[in-house]
Amino acid sequence: MDFREQLIAFITIVRKEIKRVLRIWTQSLVPPVITITLYFIIFGSLIGRRIGTMSGVSYMEFVVPGLIMMAVITNSFTNVVSSFFGAKFQRFVEEMLVSPTPNYVILLGFAMGGVFRGLVVGLIVTIVALFFTDLQVHSVSITIAIVVMTSVFFSMAGFINAVYARTFDDISIIPTFVLTPLIYLGGVFYSTDMLPEFWSTLSQFNPILYIVNAFRYGLLGITDVSVGLSFAMVTLFIVITFIFSLRALSSANRLRS
Amino acid sequence: MTTALSIKQLRKVYKNGLEALKGIDLEVKEGDFFALLGPNGAGKSTTIGVICSLVTKTAGKIEIFGQDIDTSFSLAKKELGVVPQEFNFPYFEKPMDILVNQAGYYGLPKSIASGRAEKLLKSLGLWDKRAEQARNLSGGMKRRLMIARALVHEPRLLILDEPTAGVDIEMRRSMWSFLRELNAQGTTIILTTHYLEEAESLCRNIAIIDHGVIAEHSSMKELLSQLHKEVLILDLEESLEKAPELDGFKVILSGEHSLEVEIEKGQSINQLFELLSAQNLHVSSMRNKANRLEELFVNLVANNLPDKSATN
Repeated sequence: MDFREQLIAFITIVRKEIKRVLRIWTQSLVPPVITITLYFIIFGSLIGRRIGTMSGVSYMEFVVPGLIMMAVITNSFTNVVSSFFGAKFQRFVEEMLVSPTPNYVILLGFAMGGVFRGLVVGLIVTIVALFFTDLQVHSVSITIAIVVMTSVFFSMAGFINAVYARTFDDISIIPTFVLTPLIYLGGVFYSTDMLPEFWSTLSQFNPILYIVNAFRYGLLGITDVSVGLSFAMVTLFIVITFIFSLRALSSANRLRS
Repeated sequence: MTTALSIKQLRKVYKNGLEALKGIDLEVKEGDFFALLGPNGAGKSTTIGVICSLVTKTAGKIEIFGQDIDTSFSLAKKELGVVPQEFNFPYFEKPMDILVNQAGYYGLPKSIASGRAEKLLKSLGLWDKRAEQARNLSGGMKRRLMIARALVHEPRLLILDEPTAGVDIEMRRSMWSFLRELNAQGTTIILTTHYLEEAESLCRNIAIIDHGVIAEHSSMKELLSQLHKEVLILDLEESLEKAPELDGFKVILSGEHSLEVEIEKGQSINQLFELLSAQNLHVSSMRNKANRLEELFVNLVANNLPDKSATN
């Protein structure tokens, strides 16, 4: 396939994925917005009033970037994992596997579907957040760059999960037992400065800590970690998950007999 | 004549140690209508899986119109269309979208794909269903949708893995007619089926695969000529109490008005009718007791009976 044909194949997959997200909007777009709105009301508005300030800003302001990023992360991941596993389960992934579309185009196409859902949900959540607090954007470029890169990273991670999953249970294990604890312990609701030294040090190994802090820096200009280090780590994660996804897709034992 | 499909020494050993293909060789010429037959678990679907790269081969070489599937992956795949045995399209999508997307995976822009999809959906009687979710189509329509999908990039080689399974007779005949027309237009077709009269009626050449080896590879005509005897059922106008004696023919009275007559290769049916006329017996209708290809198939497969563990 020449470049133009590959581009057509890529656009085909992306268009198909976007249509899927929009077709099932009651499952893909509405629930995460409701969930995050409840977080805003309960943690930000009700409990947050009693907490006061954190890192020099109101608790509501502090928690909003983390909650937006939580929506982006979970939706990017779950979109790709459910879409690709569905294609595998119903076997229509074979439509692509028998075609000349290269594996990296399939991977990027599905990842872009995840990025689309992650960013759309992130945008809606951001709009909802404006009802609760004023959002000042400290750095537009950092904010956009980190949110897009995070979405790409978790879309790739979702792809790996989908390729290796054999049952529907397998696609819920990672979000439940890995992703959710990492998000909750990744500085969404608190500053790592508040933690005892041991837990604070342990948090440095949580990739989501860097993502949330870089995004918080983009919006509020405050962070617990180095923003440069955050970008370097997310870039590294994207490269690793891209290579791993491609290997998983090419390997004989997951999709081919 | 160009070779549409060339398979050399193809082997497939699954992880559990099962050797599904034991070094098969197969050649299908361009323009052929070719039957690939075999009992369940013989290796037909594995062979098709390897050709379309859903199954990885252990050893061997496959070329589609001279393009090696390993070294000229993209070119080889563009020449190939596959209709799998099981439904494998997205159930919640519409037939039109399924076809346009499939064309997209072959690098065809929507402007071209839409026109081709319309033509195919109309040819296969699915145009009225183009905007319905695919899951709502009947079994026969789903089969036709898979044929349309396999043809949207206009492949020169079409492989159909049991395309008429579970399809009613009327629909089956209309699919036969579509496939004949497609073949007449130059598309090489490889067909696997358990309906042997389908293979006999449509295909010019045949390979029978059993236990991972090619048990027979010849023209349909040559294969059928291997039959040494046929059994004809004759319906008579007269009623009989016992089978008549017809010199040189083995005759059984199978009913009050019917006879089963075994005819050896070289014996004349005219002679049989003359003997019946001499005894004032009149034949009102006549048919073969079994499908000729079915008889040969059963004989060939029966010779390989001992190990029935292979699955695909």
